[in-house]
Amino acid sequence: MAQANITGEMIGNSFPHPDKWKWYHYFTFNVDHKVIGIQYLVSAFFFYLVGGAMALVMRAELATPSSDLVDPNFYNALLTNHGTIMIFLWIVPGAIGGFGNYLVPLMIGARDMAFPKLNALAFWITVPAGLLIVGSFFFGGAQSGWTSYPPLSLITANTAQSMWILAIVCAGTSSILGALNFIITIWKMRVPSMGWNDMPLFCWAILATSLLALFSTPVLAAGLVLLLFDINFGTSFFRPENGGDVVMYQHLFWFYSHPAVYLMILPIFGIMSEVIPVHARKPIFGYKAIAYSSLTICIIGLFVWVHHMFTSGTPPWMRMFFTVSTLIVAVPTGVKIFSWVATLWGGKIRYTSAMLFAIGLLAMFVFGGLSGVTLGTAPVDIHVHDTYYVVAHFHYVLFGGSVFGIYAGLYHWFPKITGRMLNEPLGKVHFILTFIGTNLTFLPMHELGLKGMPRRVAMYDPQFQYINIICTIGAFVLGLSILPFLINAIWSWSNGPKASGNPWNAKTLEWTTDSPPIIENWDVLPVMTEGPYAYGEEPAEVSS
Amino acid sequence: MQGAIEPTSDTAAVAEAHHEEHHDFRVIGLITFLCSEFLMFAGFFVIFLVYRSAAAEWPPEETEIELLLPAINTIILVASSFVIHYGDTAVKQNNVKGLRKWYAITAAMGAIFLAGQIYEYMNLGYGLTTNLFSNCFYLLTGFHGLHVFIGLLLILGVLWRSRREGHYGAEKHTGVEMAEIYWHFVDVVWIVLFSIIYLLTLV
Ligand code: HEM
Ligand SMILES: [Cu+2]
Repeated sequence: MAQANITGEMIGNSFPHPDKWKWYHYFTFNVDHKVIGIQYLVSAFFFYLVGGAMALVMRAELATPSSDLVDPNFYNALLTNHGTIMIFLWIVPGAIGGFGNYLVPLMIGARDMAFPKLNALAFWITVPAGLLIVGSFFFGGAQSGWTSYPPLSLITANTAQSMWILAIVCAGTSSILGALNFIITIWKMRVPSMGWNDMPLFCWAILATSLLALFSTPVLAAGLVLLLFDINFGTSFFRPENGGDVVMYQHLFWFYSHPAVYLMILPIFGIMSEVIPVHARKPIFGYKAIAYSSLTICIIGLFVWVHHMFTSGTPPWMRMFFTVSTLIVAVPTGVKIFSWVATLWGGKIRYTSAMLFAIGLLAMFVFGGLSGVTLGTAPVDIHVHDTYYVVAHFHYVLFGGSVFGIYAGLYHWFPKITGRMLNEPLGKVHFILTFIGTNLTFLPMHELGLKGMPRRVAMYDPQFQYINIICTIGAFVLGLSILPFLINAIWSWSNGPKASGNPWNAKTLEWTTDSPPIIENWDVLPVMTEGPYAYGEEPAEVSS
Repeated sequence: MQGAIEPTSDTAAVAEAHHEEHHDFRVIGLITFLCSEFLMFAGFFVIFLVYRSAAAEWPPEETEIELLLPAINTIILVASSFVIHYGDTAVKQNNVKGLRKWYAITAAMGAIFLAGQIYEYMNLGYGLTTNLFSNCFYLLTGFHGLHVFIGLLLILGVLWRSRREGHYGAEKHTGVEMAEIYWHFVDVVWIVLFSIIYLLTLV
């Protein structure tokens, strides 16, 4: 297709065509949504490696029952910051900031986000967050878990804990600013030919995520400000000896952090809804069901948080209420799963690396969802709360779900982002290693938890060693699995075969421009002539 | 071709065309942001109310609060919300002089509010760390005060910019409007805050 050659100067932007961008353009306060998307993705991936290295040290420590490799306090610091980094510096900024910024404007036919400068600001606020986390290790590192419950968070490593709080506040501010940008972009900047129900499902997912982030993050910030005051300024909000209440903190924390798990999975659901129809060559099954179930998840998801607190002296009526609401929130999630399975059903499936990760995700996420349902049932949870069963659950949904989804997205959109194709055989090696590694690491943890091994400890009863060794081997397989991906990505970015504008024959708008897209995305804004998932159909009038 | 577009490419028109559809979303952007901010205050309010309901005596003895000064302050702040609206109305009629007058009055009222707040702090006889009530009291009012201060800066910013001929006018007043919206927000938060901290002690 013919594309006009637009240079940056022609439209008052000082940056040249993306082909001529140099590495240092990515280290500037650039306001282009594509640059910002790449900034998020690359920095998030960097933190993924950092957090992963921490996990390997922990798993090495856990190969033996005694605490012999690292100091137990340092183990706690690793555990805390592993969780924090993976959530706040990898999955959330990678999935929402990275894919969201890169793709949303392209998918809705906009030239940029509604507030480009704010967007750049939101990215750059994550930098101090990262520095604070890394820097906190010079002060012993925060040691009270990613949940930072008082009283532990009030009595261990005060300086590091304060830095941790500031880091989360920075990351939270960034996600609030990002969220408002997405909401207004999606609401106001779709091409005129695109009605709400012609919008790619990824955009629905980002919209739902953003609403959730906008309403839940400030509550976490409130809780953390109080914690900061308790640590540094002598207040007693969470000090029971002076009338404060530790459970109050848990409510504030989980009011945000349960929705935060949806922040980490809804954008992934969006990626799934794009990858699966393209590579199954079939229209998505149940477009509206998928779109609106995201919104349903958002709303119900605001009322389930106490399932993390069934053992915090919670009164019976609360246990009852939140068991029921937790089981209800699994329903819209199930709706999506069945829609994807129905989309795959009878499709001409192409087993590309992106598709393999998407299918792997389906299998593993269902598993994690099912263990979630067992945990959501208070009578079961009381037995396995704070054991490895919970660790197993959330790694199935977060690794098997979120991380697999990010990988699927990276394989799918790498050609669009870089203009180069990834190497497929290496991608398959990556998938197989990741799939084996994930299951080897986290499947045995269910058994550990059911047998009663507590989470967050460096030492354990020798009877658990055999299973722990399996987990540790799995973790190192996972560590190894990164290599084929890194080699593939780095090599292909400069040497891979050139990608056409639309290498997968996809129908969403981001594939109608060059790879990588030109400055401001199109010379003339695209017009939708068929639905985003009209595979194998005659082009028809678009309903709106 | 697989794509869903029909690019009718005309290079010359392109650079031109790119800017035709840029809109100014700053006002709805600010409102969205304030929704989020409001939830942060809502978090603080809930904390306050829960602690209040759990306490035997609230506020406890020796940390009573005084009502007269905050009541005067409330009147000033609420009134300033009307004053600032006159400024906004003025600029919409291209009356920059009026804008400057009303915004200056608003800024003065905001400054009086802050001064009153500081005076109150100095005369209360207890500090942030005295007990759980005083923790909450200083945190909430202080946090609100910080927002008043930011609002004040915004208003001063508008005043500063309005010195330039033609910077604001009937068609060009987004900045003015945003400062006004922010000020209303600060006002609404104060009304809730005043009700739950001060008025509830009367019940
Ligand atoms: C089918 C839906 C799900 C249900 C019913 C569910 C239920 C639960 C419950 C009840 C717990 C608390 C266990 C305990 O601490 O005793 C829990 C923990 C957790 N879940 Fe899920 N979950 C679901 C999906 C997800 C998803 C999609 C994610 C993230 C992508 C997720 C991430 C987590 C995390 C991170 C924890 C551990 C928090 C901690 O550190 O204590 N869950 N889940
Ligand atoms: Cu939860």
